[in-house]
Amino acid sequence: MKIFIPTPLRQFADGKDAVEVAAVTVASALAELTSTHADLRKHLFTPEGKVRAFVNLYLNDEDVRYLPEKEATAVKESDTLSIIPSIAGGRG
Amino acid sequence: MSVVRFTREVYEAIRAHGERTYPHECCGALLGTRSDQGWRITAAIEAGNARTDSAHNRYQISPLELMKIERSAREQGLAITGFYHSHPDHPAQWSETDFNEAHWLGCSYVITAVEKGSAALTNAFALTGTSEETKQFEVEHIEIAE
Repeated sequence: MKIFIPTPLRQFADGKDAVEVAAVTVASALAELTSTHADLRKHLFTPEGKVRAFVNLYLNDEDVRYLPEKEATAVKESDTLSIIPSIAGGRG
Repeated sequence: MSVVRFTREVYEAIRAHGERTYPHECCGALLGTRSDQGWRITAAIEAGNARTDSAHNRYQISPLELMKIERSAREQGLAITGFYHSHPDHPAQWSETDFNEAHWLGCSYVITAVEKGSAALTNAFALTGTSEETKQFEVEHIEIAE
């Protein structure tokens, strides 16, 4: 499956905007990604190994945090995983 | 100081967006390409402000909308180079909230002060650093290509 890398993380993925991985679940896809590109790990996960709160993961068009199996959700070769850091702010 | 380059059309569009949404904050994504001279912004995508509870002083782009913007950018051979939003009746200066919620390292955060409904100053800030722990905003010079 393909994992799409957002602009701020491409410098940690050899400049790539997408990486192909062989995986059976969302979690194993991320594990393979960070195994190949170790610098990505600290940007995606807390020291305790949880996905950082500001990192949104979309399996195709579904937010992974709202899927019943979350990161344990099974994936197909044709699936895509998008990594989307959150964007917010304001004057207050 | 780094430089971020806009087309005149995009620069005026993001300022006009802030005027239209006043007294609420507007927000959107900036698309473009990167060269040795920095980001060249060639398109702006208006986004919905998901903070309907506090739109006068907060903004948020929903992750789903952001994902679709990034998909569209990829299809056009562009990258998300940064984001813009407005500060109604408030300086075009990043706030503590802006900083705490900034996670797109290497991208530009562009803020327009909208005073009594009219766009005033627009400033750009590069989110530099290599991690959440080392990130910081640095002023960027805005260059407009006519």
